[in-house]
Amino acid sequence: MAVTEEHPHKRMEAVIGPPPVIEPGHDFASVTDKISAIVLRRRTPLGWFIGFGISFTVMMVMLYAIGYLLLKGTGIWGINVPVGWGFAIINFVWWIGIGHAGTLISAILLLMRQQWRTSINRFAEAMTLFAVACAGIFPLIHTGRPWLAYWMIPYPNTMGIYPQFRSPLIWDVFAVTTYATVSALFWFVGLIPDLATLRDRARSRAWKIIYGFLAMGWRGSARHWHRYETAYLLLAGLATPLVVSVHTVVSFDFAISIVPGWHATIFPPYFVAGAIYAGFAMVLTLAIPLRKFYGLEDFITLRHLRNMAKVMLATGLIVFYGYIMEAFQGWYTDNPYESFMIKNRLFGPYWWAYLALIFCNGVVPQLLWIRWVRHQVPLLFVISLIVSVGMWLERYVIVVTSLHRDFLPSSWGMYAGTFWDWATYIGTLGFFLSLLFLFIRFLPMISIFEMRTLLPQAEVSKAD
Amino acid sequence: MKKAPDIYGIMAEFDSPTAIVAAARQAYEAGYRKMDAYTPFPIEELAEAIGFHKNRLPLLVLIGGLIGCIGGYLLQYYLSVIAYPINVGGRPLHSWPAFIPPTFETTVLIAAFFAVFGMLALNGLPQPYHPVFNVPRFELASRTHFFLCIEASDPKFDLIQTRRFLESLGASEVTDVEV
Repeated sequence: MAVTEEHPHKRMEAVIGPPPVIEPGHDFASVTDKISAIVLRRRTPLGWFIGFGISFTVMMVMLYAIGYLLLKGTGIWGINVPVGWGFAIINFVWWIGIGHAGTLISAILLLMRQQWRTSINRFAEAMTLFAVACAGIFPLIHTGRPWLAYWMIPYPNTMGIYPQFRSPLIWDVFAVTTYATVSALFWFVGLIPDLATLRDRARSRAWKIIYGFLAMGWRGSARHWHRYETAYLLLAGLATPLVVSVHTVVSFDFAISIVPGWHATIFPPYFVAGAIYAGFAMVLTLAIPLRKFYGLEDFITLRHLRNMAKVMLATGLIVFYGYIMEAFQGWYTDNPYESFMIKNRLFGPYWWAYLALIFCNGVVPQLLWIRWVRHQVPLLFVISLIVSVGMWLERYVIVVTSLHRDFLPSSWGMYAGTFWDWATYIGTLGFFLSLLFLFIRFLPMISIFEMRTLLPQAEVSKAD
Repeated sequence: MKKAPDIYGIMAEFDSPTAIVAAARQAYEAGYRKMDAYTPFPIEELAEAIGFHKNRLPLLVLIGGLIGCIGGYLLQYYLSVIAYPINVGGRPLHSWPAFIPPTFETTVLIAAFFAVFGMLALNGLPQPYHPVFNVPRFELASRTHFFLCIEASDPKFDLIQTRRFLESLGASEVTDVEV
């Protein structure tokens, strides 16, 4: 396994092609057993308990912060009159952006027949679900009275009032709930055949019953597979425009307003690229330790890591182009508010955030141009973490610097997150990681049946 | 044509995708129609080999998408124009461009529901019991092995003839499937 970590020689690669998506020497049984053993056979490693314990503790911080919020109200946060959208919206956009990579990998790369997606799509989809769960918390608690959140849904009510469909905030409700639902369906459909494998492989009766219940009697019939593949493909086709639409609608929350720095036509494409960028960074952040600790280097090979690095570089460049265009528009429009906005971003009180953002999202990813860097696994891990920080800063800059200088200098203000803002944000990281730890313990983190199809033995030879 | 009443069918086991596709084709050519193949992963050629062509799922998803699209738009029209009209700065009540994003979302949502639940319904899932699970080695169908089952309801089915036929296809094991 140490061999796969080595930088493959350039000339070697010219002869034998890129590193494989699955290391040689595997068959149907070994692929099945290796992935299902993590759930069924192997003893839960001590590291899992430590990791889950820490994540769960951090999740309690979130619950405490939300509990205190419900008791006191949003006054415990740093939001104030010019900056009404603080951490809640920053974190919402950050999390939902991270969620995008899962659907991109499972849907768009499926339609493009990129086989390398197979070993990373399952946990990327899980990551999407959990990230969307974290994202969903923020707008809900930002309303101040989350127990009335159902008012956002158009249902016949005795008050005789309905949501305002001309508002992008209501579009967002539709986009995010649809995205969460479709992602969950897509993930579960992908799991059904693997749940059947777990049912058949489980030794204890209790697990046989639980996995059997979830597999719903799947028996791998050719007729079933045929409809299954059709459904999966159609879902991928539906999820592809959906994933683009979600962050577009999120960007409309900003772009439909008249706030300088938000009211820009570049927002939708630049938000979508940013979402994919942040999402791939998170997939790398998770995939690198997972393959190491669970010995999955055979399935998540260097090929996957470097392909993800390439996607990160490409989307990072689009994002960087977005930053440049924002600055260019500020100068080119000759609108005093727009040009003040960009000047304030560069040299105003939040110059440090903007500078750090350009460093994290614009400068650091340029390292990925270098082939050597793309093959250094620890370096990729560090870059992916820096990108995650950079994407958070991006939303911080967009939300705070645009709002804190209102049109009238008399209503200018400053913004900083309070202890409770940070506690809620860090708490959601614990929530996210807790869910991930549970997922890798109880469900196969790599799609077993799709891995089988990648094996050379899965080919039906034409001579019959 | 003697049929034992407590037999669901006869199942043959194969150990490669090529073998099962060849066996399914031969069984179809020999005139068997009521049969099914069970494999650990989808094999494109197999559904065709056992004579399965009609797939109504795409049509169902289209219907779902249309319901979502028309329903979503009408919902917004009804609520914004008829049930709860609000004049915002003189803008038209029927602001159709603003209704497009939610319409798109409801289209995708209902189509996805139809795709998933339609697939499950057409497949007859969830199904708590099925006779094929009575074959002890059938648990390999979700791991390494490939199975072809000719069902007793097939008019050409004969306990001895069919068994002999399946053995002649090169199956590594042939088993009766109890109901």
